Amino acid sequence: MPETTSLGSGGSAYWTVGDDIADTAAPDGPIETRWDRRKFSAKLVNPANRRKHTVIVVGTGLAGGAAGATLAEQGYNVIQFCFQDSPRRAHSIAAQGGINAAKNYRNDGDSVYRLFYDTVKGGDFRARESNVYRLAQISTQIIDQCVAQGVPFAREYSGLLDTRSFGGVQVQRTFYARGQTGQQLLIGAYQALSRQIDAGNVEIHPRTEMLDLIVIDGRARGIVARDLVTGKITPYLADAVVLATGGYGNVFFLSTNAKGSNTTATWRAHRRGAHFANPCYTQIHPTCIPRSGEYQGKLTLMSESLRNDGRIWVPKTKGDTRSPDQIPEAERDYYLERIYPAFGNLVPRDIASRAAKYQCDDGRGVGPGGLGVYLDFADAIKRMGEDKVREKYGNLFEMYDRITGEDPYKVPMRIYPAVHYTMGGLWVDYDLQSSIPGMFVIGEANFSDHGANRLGASALMQGLADGYFVLPPMLGNYIASTKLGSVSLDDPAVTSVVGEVTGRLGRLLEINGDRTPDSFHRELGELIWDECGMGRTEAGLRKALARIPELREEFWRRVKVPGDSGELNQSLEKANRIADFLEFGELLCIDALHRAESCGGHFREESQTPDGEALRDDEHFAYAAAWEYTGGAPVLHREPLQFDYVHLAQRNYS
Amino acid sequence: MNLTLRIWRQRGPEDRGAMVTYELADVSPDMSFLEMLDVLNERLILEGEDPVAFDHDCREGICGMCGVVINGQAHGPRDRTTTCQLHMREFTDGETIDIEPWRAAAFPVVRDLVVDRSGFDRIIGSGGYISVVTGSAPEAHATPVPKDIADAAFDNATCIGCGACVAACPNGSAMLFTSAKVTHLNLLPQGAPERETRVRDMVATMDDEGFGGCTNTGECTVACPKGIPLTSIGNLNREYLRSLTRR
Repeated sequence: MPETTSLGSGGSAYWTVGDDIADTAAPDGPIETRWDRRKFSAKLVNPANRRKHTVIVVGTGLAGGAAGATLAEQGYNVIQFCFQDSPRRAHSIAAQGGINAAKNYRNDGDSVYRLFYDTVKGGDFRARESNVYRLAQISTQIIDQCVAQGVPFAREYSGLLDTRSFGGVQVQRTFYARGQTGQQLLIGAYQALSRQIDAGNVEIHPRTEMLDLIVIDGRARGIVARDLVTGKITPYLADAVVLATGGYGNVFFLSTNAKGSNTTATWRAHRRGAHFANPCYTQIHPTCIPRSGEYQGKLTLMSESLRNDGRIWVPKTKGDTRSPDQIPEAERDYYLERIYPAFGNLVPRDIASRAAKYQCDDGRGVGPGGLGVYLDFADAIKRMGEDKVREKYGNLFEMYDRITGEDPYKVPMRIYPAVHYTMGGLWVDYDLQSSIPGMFVIGEANFSDHGANRLGASALMQGLADGYFVLPPMLGNYIASTKLGSVSLDDPAVTSVVGEVTGRLGRLLEINGDRTPDSFHRELGELIWDECGMGRTEAGLRKALARIPELREEFWRRVKVPGDSGELNQSLEKANRIADFLEFGELLCIDALHRAESCGGHFREESQTPDGEALRDDEHFAYAAAWEYTGGAPVLHREPLQFDYVHLAQRNYS
Repeated sequence: MNLTLRIWRQRGPEDRGAMVTYELADVSPDMSFLEMLDVLNERLILEGEDPVAFDHDCREGICGMCGVVINGQAHGPRDRTTTCQLHMREFTDGETIDIEPWRAAAFPVVRDLVVDRSGFDRIIGSGGYISVVTGSAPEAHATPVPKDIADAAFDNATCIGCGACVAACPNGSAMLFTSAKVTHLNLLPQGAPERETRVRDMVATMDDEGFGGCTNTGECTVACPKGIPLTSIGNLNREYLRSLTRR
């Protein structure tokens, strides 16, 4: 049974090394004109011919929603899927803080080049320059597009758009809609998509989950999906497949991701031949509400924008249990302002998270279990008044109050880092095409733009850039330049994938063991958080790599999934996703083990500066790690990264 | 806390359904309402029973996927709070809690607490958008929008499409939902060209989908977790009447 295959045989034989790979789609020459030249060299599909082509889009978040709407506007037939009951629910909706764009409306020295530079540096020099430059270029168009759609961004009294500042940046380039920017942008994309659904250009399948990819003659030609209400398993065929299925943060069980977010689509595609790149780049967000108990099913993020006005501190004395208002100013350590005076509370996320961990590990944490630091608005309230604070952050304060029962206008918030975003994902070239021709991957599901650490307000930018502006011309190029034969539902490749999917669900139901699916997910998540979370060591990773196969074997022996597959069965959905997390978790740890340097969100404790900052090893690790699935030890393909514009340097935010 | 839960169980749309009683012990007041249901479901699975099906996803009160009627109130007792954001500290030890799905003709039950709200998507598809093809947008600052207009549009745009307004309404009306979108888009200069067709088409779809009419009961705004005001319905009526006098 493939699910129980061990990926390694102990010792260091967890992986093998294959040939280097290159991003052959990226143009060279001056970076400023690369995207223009790529678009010009791309082949076009005549508008009248587009309706003869069908494209599958999986996922309806910012990337998928934008892509589905845009492809349909251009005339393609789109078949689109989401596991939620409506395309409007995708987890992009929960993004709070904002979206970056190099508009330079503030006249504070911003430019496309600066956004590019900040993003490459913020990503700790592990992203491709070409991709990031394109992202920065497109950023301004995104704001135009969203405003035209009616996205109600925050405005000044002049009627012009307001911006604010985010971590790792010294300009104000973040556009926002109170603390609900993701919601407003997603609703914009959803409305554009709804218009195309109503027009009959998009066939939408809500409550339908992709469970596998169909590859015929080496090209992605369709997916197998399960209707979550009837349980019916159906193959869908197309000329190209676009995955916009988000990240894998829920491998940690506790994360800020929605409960349904999962890696099944990307993992199944990986098993069918798509390389998975840099899975060890996971982002731990510094400002989340601390955990309150064992039963907890998810963690809640408080937007990074709070760090604009909130001040982070801990008591100077270890184990100080006084309530925060009893701790005088002189006995507080505003450690971010002290250690990083230039950026203060707005250092990048990886740095802020690790700093909080150090304080807590050192016994200065606050709240239950000492796993928290204060985020204090007392000064901001004094400076600008409670009303202004309410206008800027009201919904976030309300959310905090609901969850903790504490009023942040009166008591400082307690925050602690939590898994939030995953920079790694399926490997794609400059065209966003994966290593399976005809399968494109967009948004958080791919690995391309954020390197080892994503800057705040850049996820929304990337999702929309991919969906609205990058994917559509590149997908057209693929269709125009490829001779696609017709495929039928009787093709043996189709029936065999359907058979595999059906068999797997059947096996899950047959086990009838004595443990719930969630109990395995929780155990896996705790293991990965402990050994492959904020700090990683070789010994810890080896421990995790020894344990995960055992846990996976136990899962396939002891899991209990009630009901049957021909009905709405949420336990079955969950168990099937957890089965994939149990495989994916191993690749995550292998990637973390192989990358013996620290960079961005990947912190190997063996590799740090005397000050405890991440110490990169550019000589050995300035590459993207693209993993090939074999069923046994995965094969590492290195894509060397070249830095022609941004000088490789140790990040310094002090 | 020890609780008695009475939960609506219904296998499918054709099943009659009934309230089933469960005793749940050792509930922490810091648990969210849905975490409490998670704990119940873990137990049911191990006891070989079907767990209670309910919709949920983000658990941050923004995706709009969750929503059940708790003791007769959509999303339960706390103001402006979705089911997922509701915590057990709102309840007392020994309490009996009734948990039911949204009750509305236009929201058929799929299973247990899960209902079909796709009518909302069709209302949006019939006019709840601004027709701007990707790439055709003018520069964002070409049209300033006065801050008060932008803020009012935003307040209406915060609707999460959860359906609590419909569930709370004695008529099963979708007026608050529809009015929020009409108000959001019709207030903005960008939405002006489609102002009349938008409201006419959306209202027609709302009726076709089987949602009831509005009798100004106001239960919808009480249940709304995002505080969409009743004045939005007034605005919808005004926009609708206005559209009838124009082309």
